[in-house]
Amino acid sequence: MTRLELRHMRKSFGALEVLAGVSLDVGAGEFVSILGPSGAGKSTLFQLLTGAIRGEGDMRFDGAPLDGARFAFMPQRDALMPWRRVIDNATLGLEVQGMTRRAARERVAPLFAEFGLAGFERAWPAELSGGMRQRAALLRTVVQQRDMLLLDEPFGALDALTRAAMQRWLEGMWRSHRWTALLITHDVREAVLLSDRIYVLSARPARVVREVAVPLPRPRTDSAALAREAAAIEAGILDTLLGQPTPINDHPMENRND
Amino acid sequence: MTALAKLAPAATAFALLLLAWELYARLGGIAPTVLPAPSRVLAQAWENRAALAENTLPTIRATLAGFACSLVAAFVLSALVDFLAPLRRALFPLLIASQTLPLVAIAPLVVLWFGFGLLPKILLVALVTFFPMMVALVEGYAATSAEISQMLAAMGAGRRRIFWLARLPSALPYFFAGLRISITYAVVGAIFAEYAGAAKGLGIYMLSAKNNFRPDLVLAAVAVSSALTLALFGLAVLVQRLAMPWEKAGRDRRAEPSERRS
Repeated sequence: MTRLELRHMRKSFGALEVLAGVSLDVGAGEFVSILGPSGAGKSTLFQLLTGAIRGEGDMRFDGAPLDGARFAFMPQRDALMPWRRVIDNATLGLEVQGMTRRAARERVAPLFAEFGLAGFERAWPAELSGGMRQRAALLRTVVQQRDMLLLDEPFGALDALTRAAMQRWLEGMWRSHRWTALLITHDVREAVLLSDRIYVLSARPARVVREVAVPLPRPRTDSAALAREAAAIEAGILDTLLGQPTPINDHPMENRND
Repeated sequence: MTALAKLAPAATAFALLLLAWELYARLGGIAPTVLPAPSRVLAQAWENRAALAENTLPTIRATLAGFACSLVAAFVLSALVDFLAPLRRALFPLLIASQTLPLVAIAPLVVLWFGFGLLPKILLVALVTFFPMMVALVEGYAATSAEISQMLAAMGAGRRRIFWLARLPSALPYFFAGLRISITYAVVGAIFAEYAGAAKGLGIYMLSAKNNFRPDLVLAAVAVSSALTLALFGLAVLVQRLAMPWEKAGRDRRAEPSERRS
């Protein structure tokens, strides 16, 4: 079932055209990535979705025009508030929704172990490592119990090793929760590891140049055979991103193309 | 390094300065009515402790009352300005102009208009302390992370909610920086106001000591006012520590590179 439908989204800032008609779908329980070069307007797309800015085009959710309050948004970097303890950062969305601080804490506290943050409820964000901060930010995002997660380059600021660990961890979390999620990234490997489908965007003004399905079984980090298949998909996407001519449908793993 | 060890260089420099002054005043053949030695200042301060204390209390009262008014005004106005951008453009030139007024000329006028009571002192203390706090708060609001604001908006928070949840806490470090500057002006502002006319207070005490050719008592009052300012500054630092416990957590972590891992 398709939950989010975007049709011909366009956005310009003055004379600068950022989005040149982007269309995409996200199904229920599907993990979809938007992959594109830096500055392609990926974050602009999220700003349209969260209502921070307005643009042209049609945005629908479950068939009805998008009315806001559908998304839990995780911004680039972690956006943890340094003046709130980790647990109070995690409850932020619930408090904004009108829940009392005590009720919100009771809802959030049992999740700390699953997010690898047990014992750090009363810590300040400054006391956490980079990976822990990202997990706290994701916890803050998922407890809002919105219909869909918007993840804007969540691991972009981490060192390579921590990033790889976080990607594996997120894949595991997604397998047990099956969130409907839209991820922005410029990391091809991350997109292939995590996604069911990938939309590859062009440089600005952004349009979808390719849609790639990733029908690999999960978990994807277990076998060498899977790693080879993933590498082939990654190579195909890189060719597209780097502007080399790639024959359409040259790979058995890509069965849907725009 | 302990706090005591950190203080040692400053204490040594201060002690050496006093010692040089003492030696120069004693051995240089200078009349104590021109330059009294520190030991004389101290002795006279002790002898006149009742009068000094009696004149210190009104100064403390004026300083604290003026500073409290200034604080409330800075908070209210900065919040208004944060919500109404045109107000900011209307007010800031006036506020900057207020900082160009020479206190020497303004203080007697304010006393002339508002009398010898507490009000002119409050006004003058507020005049000199308001601006640094106001500017610090307004800049602090503006320093709020755009990502935090966008995230809160996506959560459904309105403009006022974002102010309380994000903009005000973001402004705290800036506010305390402004507060520390302000508070060092506060006592001086009160003394200026008293100098221009008061029944009691360190300012009027200095004036009458000077007129009686008692530089030792002038300096004793100066020492008291310095001590007052230092005490208020220390209080501001203490309040900042209590109000922003996460700052210390951040410093401790940066100071110690070993990672706490899950």
